[in-house]
This record gives sequence, C-alpha cells and structure tokens, in this order.
Amino acid sequence: MTAVTATGPAVRAGRKRSSLSRSRKWALYASYFFLILFAIFFLLPPYYMIVTSLKSDAEMARLSTSPWIIADGVTLDQFRLLFTQTDFLIFFKNTAIVTVCTVVITMIISVLAAFSLGRMKFWGSGILATGIFLTYLVPDTLLFIPLFQIVKALGLLNSYWGMVLVYPTLTVPFCTWIMIGYFQSIPKELDEAALIDGAGHMQMLFKIFIPVALPGIIAATIFAFTVSWAAFVYPMTFLYSADQQVLTVGTVTSLIKADVYKWGMLMAGALVAAAPPLVIYAFLMDYYIAGLTAGATKG
Amino acid sequence: MAEVALRNVVKSYGEVVAVKNVNLDIPNHEFLVLVGPSGCGKSTTLRMIAGLEEITDGEISIGGEVVNDLPPKDRDIAMVFQNYALYPHMTVAENMSFGLRLRKFAKSEIKARVDNAARILDITELLERRPKQLSGGQRQRVAMGRAIVRNPKVFLFDEPLSNLDAKLRVQMRTEIKRVHQKVKTTTVYVTHDQVEAMTLADRVVVMNGGKIEQIGTPNELYHQPKTRFVAGFIGSPAMNFIPGRLETNGSGLKVRLSDKLTIAVPESRAARYRGASGKDVLFGLRPEHITETRGHNGGSQGQEFGVTLDVVEPMGMETMVFFKIGDTEVCGRVEPTAAKGAGESMQLRANLDHMHLIDPATNQVM
Repeated sequence: MTAVTATGPAVRAGRKRSSLSRSRKWALYASYFFLILFAIFFLLPPYYMIVTSLKSDAEMARLSTSPWIIADGVTLDQFRLLFTQTDFLIFFKNTAIVTVCTVVITMIISVLAAFSLGRMKFWGSGILATGIFLTYLVPDTLLFIPLFQIVKALGLLNSYWGMVLVYPTLTVPFCTWIMIGYFQSIPKELDEAALIDGAGHMQMLFKIFIPVALPGIIAATIFAFTVSWAAFVYPMTFLYSADQQVLTVGTVTSLIKADVYKWGMLMAGALVAAAPPLVIYAFLMDYYIAGLTAGATKG
Repeated sequence: MAEVALRNVVKSYGEVVAVKNVNLDIPNHEFLVLVGPSGCGKSTTLRMIAGLEEITDGEISIGGEVVNDLPPKDRDIAMVFQNYALYPHMTVAENMSFGLRLRKFAKSEIKARVDNAARILDITELLERRPKQLSGGQRQRVAMGRAIVRNPKVFLFDEPLSNLDAKLRVQMRTEIKRVHQKVKTTTVYVTHDQVEAMTLADRVVVMNGGKIEQIGTPNELYHQPKTRFVAGFIGSPAMNFIPGRLETNGSGLKVRLSDKLTIAVPESRAARYRGASGKDVLFGLRPEHITETRGHNGGSQGQEFGVTLDVVEPMGMETMVFFKIGDTEVCGRVEPTAAKGAGESMQLRANLDHMHLIDPATNQVM
C-alpha cells in the first residue's frame, strides 16, 4: 500500500520529466537541422573555390565533368601561375602594408578618442561621441567623390599611401564607438582607485584601461583589419596602376580580361586573399574572452 | 598618520546642496564613522576628503596641510571602495603593490610591505591569484591590503561591507576593527548601517540632509540623542515615538499619551522638562525599556500598564511585542517565557529612567 502511494508522485514526476526531455529533444533536432542547413549554405562557396582552384584549365573547360568534384586529379598549377605570371604578390604586399598601417593608426586614434570621450567627462563629450558614430553612417560610396579631391590635392592619387589616409575614415568612427562602450562599462571606482594609487591619465590608460578593455580592443582590431583588407570602392577609385594596386581590385582587374575569366587563378587568388583574415580570426578568437573584467568588482 | 579637519565644507551640484557647512575634527588614530540614510551626504563628504570631488566652499586639511587643491594622489590617503575596485588583470600582489610601483619604491621595500600586509590580513597564500579567483570576503581583504601597504596618513572606507552577506559582514567588521587596532591609522568610514557604525567607531557622525545631526561616541548617541532623527536612527529596533501632552501632576509632571494612559515623569527628569509643561511633546522610549513587569532590562523606576498585543515576534533570546497606544504602534522587548500570544492582553513596564521628550516643533530632544 505504501509502495503504491510512494510511486504515485514519482510516476507523475517521471512523466513530467519525459515530456520536458521530449520537447528539449525536438528543440535540439530543430537547431541541428537549421545549423547544418546554414553550414551548407555558407560553406558551399568556399568549397567551390577550393575545388576550382585545384583543377587544371583543361578540366574546367570540359563541360562533361561535374564542377563539384576534381576528376583529373589535384594540381597546384593555378597557384603557381598566380604567383609567377601575375602581380598577385605585389597586390598582397600592398594590401598587407595598407592594412597594418590602417589598423595601427585606427587603434591609436580610437583608443585615445574613446578613452577621453568615454571616461573623461567634459563639456560636449556626449554630443561628440554621437557625432563620431553618425559619420560612420555616411556610406563610402558617397564619400569617395569628395575624398578623391582631397587625395588628389595631397598628391596621393594612385598611391597605396592614399589608402592609409582614407581607410581610417571608415574604421575610426566604428572602432571608437565600440571602445567607448567598452571603456564606459569599466566601473568608475577602478579609475578612482588608480587616481588614489597615484596614476596619471596616461598611466591609467595604459596600465588599467587597455589591459581591462582588451576584448574590446581585439574586437575593434578585427573590425579595422577586415574593413581595410576587404575595401573595394576606394582602391577601385584611387588606384590604377598594378604596382600600387591592392588584392581586392588587383585580383579582379588582372584576371578578368574583358569577357575572359581565368577562373582557376581567380579562385586560387580569392583563397589566398581570404587566408590572412581567417588566420587572424582563428588566432584572436582565443583571446576574445568576454568576462575579463570579472572579479574587478562585486560580480 | 595625521589628523583631518573640515571647516565649513560645502558641496553643491548646481542648485542642489549635497553637503551643508560641515565642520569636523578627526584626531590622529581615531576611527570615525559617518552614518546616515541614502543621500545624506556622507559619501560625498568622504569623497571630498579623498579629493575625488571638488569642494564648493570651505577648507579640508590633512595633517595640518590644506588639501583643497591637491589631487588625490598627493593627499597621502588610501581608499577602500564598496565594490572593491580591484584591477582585474593583476594578481593580488600586483594589485596591492600598484600604488607603490607608481611611486617608484624599491622592489625589496614593496615586497616587504606586501608580505606584511598579507600577513595582517591573512591572505599570504592568495598573493598570486587574480581577483576573479577570490571570494567576496577575500576581495575585500585585498582591497584593504592595497590601502595598508601604502601606509597612508588616512584610510577612507566607502561602505566596504555592503556587498557582503550578513555573516561575512559581521566577520569583516571585526577584521576591520582588528586591523585598525594594529595599524592605528586615522580612519574615516562611511556606512548606512547603524550597527556597523556603533560597533566600529570611536566616534560616530550622524548625517541627515547634508548636515551633521550629532557627533559623539556610540554610547552618547544611543543614550543622549540630541535630535529626533538621531534618536530614531540609532538603535534597532528603532525608538518608539508616541505623541502626547506634558501636564503638571501635583508637584511633578506627567505625559498624557492617550485618554487611558498617562506616564509620570521621574523626579530626576522633571526639572529639565518643567518649562514645557502644557505643551504637546513626543514621548520617546526604546523597545528594550518596555519590558515584562519583572523586567529583564528594568531599572528602579518603572510604570506598569496593560496592553493588548497586536503582533508577537519571537527572536529566540527575546520576543518583540507590538501593541497600540492611541493610534501609535509601539514595540517592546520581553523575555520569551513572559510573552503572551497576539490578541491577548499583557502587563508591561516602561523604564522611565531612559525616556526622552522631543519638541515636535523643532525635533530637538529636550
């Protein structure tokens, strides 16, 4: 008798649990389904790139084989031709120089601007911060005409140093905005403690704020890197000789001649061009740890 | 170590005056507690001493030197914050030594000071950890360690225990007192918790509405409050205030609290209240002075009266009883064995040696 009464609630609880786990199972199935769908959707283009870059021109020209598989065996000819017979390596070097310079300039300006706008409250700092963000909302397709005049006046037309000048107009506003948010999220007691400990503004910035806001700085760096690595409109407008060209525009202009597409080399070029951002993402994501500020204050 | 003095210190934010004409002398080695409700100006006063807020008017001096225009780092003070404000990317040892490193102390000196402070606070084994690997109490100890290593003239504490749970708060309170007894640095401590104020302080400053209500030792504030606010703020549960009228009673005085209840003022107190005879007054008596008839807290003077209990709250070592006098809810503290149930009538005794009369017009204790 007691056994029966004891199992009553247990059975009910069991039923409840099983219905809970059943709905959880369905939620899992649904999320797996959509995750796989999206993975296929996003991974198909890179897959097509890899497959195409490893084929010979002859196989590509032959319409009888499936474009999704390599029928004649893997060849690195496309890469060899890309590196030896085109200016690809020059484009790569130019892009690297422009990107590194842009990232450095952007981070110096953004961190200093964000620190002063986010932490050192002064008259008009709020309006200035909003103003900076508003400049980001102006699209580069609108800006390139006035910028053309400026770049030309400075004698930087058809020079990748011109890109070092104009890319920060795209990156600084957004990076500053991200960093303002990060700096503002750091509790104000931390700078007060540093002030009492004897730190000046610069010591506070370099010894407290930059280390604490590192996840934000890394996020901003990734953004600046991606924007300047993948910029298209500005180099398209301001650069026209091969020795000054960057990857995005250079690959397309040198490998598409009128209606002749060198698909193999285009795909190989796109693959090599995509590698640095990929490596940077993979490397920095490990450091991209939110919650670095945990423990600073009551958490 | 040094004395701290505030002369006519004022802080206003535009139209709003947060601190009004505060005068305060804190002698060397003293543990002074600023206590008051939220927004009373106690934290602002502390932050002005620290140099984190500019003063609108007046003068603050530390160790005889006027510091009005000195930045925080040149005032030789150390501060412990409510939320600890530890540097999250530094180890405990680095956190504690940050101020010394900025001041370019020798490495051996830094190590000696950090080790000493860690020993005082019992955190030696935590020195290589980061703040996020510490519990709340440990973080608070590190924050105190950061203050101790500097060996400053003054320690400033801004509600340092508010973020801790009740049990830890009591432990850390004792810890702070122990540290102060060891290092004897002049200390200004802000809290809204009157128990913390009473237990820690050499002297307590009660603030209200930006002004100092009263300065005194914990016992002075408890037994001789000067204003209704202090009488009501210090002590838990709070003092009972019952409106009444002071009347002559033959050669003596009595307070009429309701149609049924009048309280005879003890002779020892009658002289001081005689001038107010015939006036409305607030009769103040702490719950511990309203006891059962053979009162565990009772003095020689006492007046018995009967009440009907509304609410009874057993606390273990004593029982709180709530009842009405006129329209006022009154609290008494009785022996658990003597307490009756809610709704029952009970004979209680008021120990009038501890009574206070307050002028309702000025809110001053007579």
